[in-house]
Amino acid sequence: MISLLHVTKSYPRTGDALADVSLTLHKGELCFLTGHSGAGKSTIMRLIHMAEFPTIGEVRVSGYSSERIRQREIALLRRKIGFCFQDFRLLQDRTAAENVAFALEVTGARPQVIRAKVPRLLAQVGLASKAEALPSQLSGGEQQRVAMARALVHEPLVVLADEPTGNLDERATRGIFELLRNINQSGTAVLLATHNLELVRANPDVRVIELDHGRLVYDSAADGVPV
Amino acid sequence: MTYSLREALVAFRRAPLLAGVSAGMIALSLFVVGLFGIVAYNIRKVIEGVEARVEVVAYLRDDASPADVQALRHELAGLPAVRAVRYVSREEALLVAREELAEFSAVFGSMESNPLPASLEVSLRPNQKGPDAVRAVAQRIGANPAVEEVRYGNEWLDKVFLLRSVAATATGVLGTGFAAVAILIIGAAVRLAIFARREEIAIMQLVGATNWFIRKPFLLEGLLTGLIGGTLAALATWLTYSVLTSVVFSLVWIPSLWVAGGILAGGALGAIASWLAVRRHLRLA
Repeated sequence: MISLLHVTKSYPRTGDALADVSLTLHKGELCFLTGHSGAGKSTIMRLIHMAEFPTIGEVRVSGYSSERIRQREIALLRRKIGFCFQDFRLLQDRTAAENVAFALEVTGARPQVIRAKVPRLLAQVGLASKAEALPSQLSGGEQQRVAMARALVHEPLVVLADEPTGNLDERATRGIFELLRNINQSGTAVLLATHNLELVRANPDVRVIELDHGRLVYDSAADGVPV
Repeated sequence: MTYSLREALVAFRRAPLLAGVSAGMIALSLFVVGLFGIVAYNIRKVIEGVEARVEVVAYLRDDASPADVQALRHELAGLPAVRAVRYVSREEALLVAREELAEFSAVFGSMESNPLPASLEVSLRPNQKGPDAVRAVAQRIGANPAVEEVRYGNEWLDKVFLLRSVAATATGVLGTGFAAVAILIIGAAVRLAIFARREEIAIMQLVGATNWFIRKPFLLEGLLTGLIGGTLAALATWLTYSVLTSVVFSLVWIPSLWVAGGILAGGALGAIASWLAVRRHLRLA
């Protein structure tokens, strides 16, 4: 479903952020993407989201290729990808429900669809009672749940979670990870970028891909053998 | 469209000063264009009046035979630029002079012989009254041996047409200059609006909104700003025209089509400025 084929991503000032990385994420898979800061985790996320393009190599996502995709298709592709960030990226002047509804509204969903979907998604992330709360009235964990509800509005094939627990305490981290597991169990692939090794160790059943200085150094799917 | 229109209107509420300055700048630009438009239109009206009276008069030699005159009349009538040729005899010329120059009637009455020559009054077709066309016909007539002298107002014809060219050029240059300034200012206003909403735009891109969808509210905002500016300019131009006409001198108001064109031009300027600003932002985002 998602493939990176010999992908190198270089920036003029900082050099290679990724160097000859190849990996595949299958439909419905749950996967940790680990590595220290600057290892290239976020670059992989942005490449999958087609916010950036490889300097060398190709990214394929759900039938779209980074080599051939057109501007309008990028918008359509992004409706198949849910994205969560460490800093939540919620609109501060809108309630939890409005933040979720916004993602539907700006992609042309009809009002009746929005009215039906938003409460269901907030209930799915455990925030049915906080629909009218502003982000400033929610805890970090709750804000991340709103961001996840927003990421799920288009029933994506994959959720890309870029350090979603980076700003959260241990309890909230567990809660967010359980939520991601639930999302995954309903058939959505999840790629979770994290440098929280405790979280990784606590879930040995989950595939782990490790990056180091832009190189893929470990993939547990390859029988745990360093690559 | 509901979302775009709502967001465009919200933008006015969020930053009324900015929207006011943008609309004011467009209004000022189009107001200046409007004033020059009135001047250009009135000059055009004057020139049309002058043009309607443009004709070439060929004064005939006293010794020109009727056959020569008849041949010349036929030749001129056959020219594509010529609408009609009228023969004015010496007697008719004297009669007209007595009527039109009544203060000299005593002089004309005391004359023993008629000093006025016979002439051919050559009127031209409406689209053949430019300086070059008139001069070409005059030269053709002047070359005929039966003709003593040709008059066609060459001393003022060039000046009138030059005046019209200057007015049209000034309107064009000033209009373009002010339009460019208006585009820059509206562009700056839209960039500020984009900056204020950059997080919203980033989320829109994140969740798969098309660039067109993202652009629409800004385009509508620019269009509305421009239309408001254009309407204000039309009002200001009309007020200035009314004051000038009632206090200083009488002018002709510009055609409604020009006014509508000016207001639409305001809308177009606003939309273009927004388009450029948003396109740049989305390209850089």
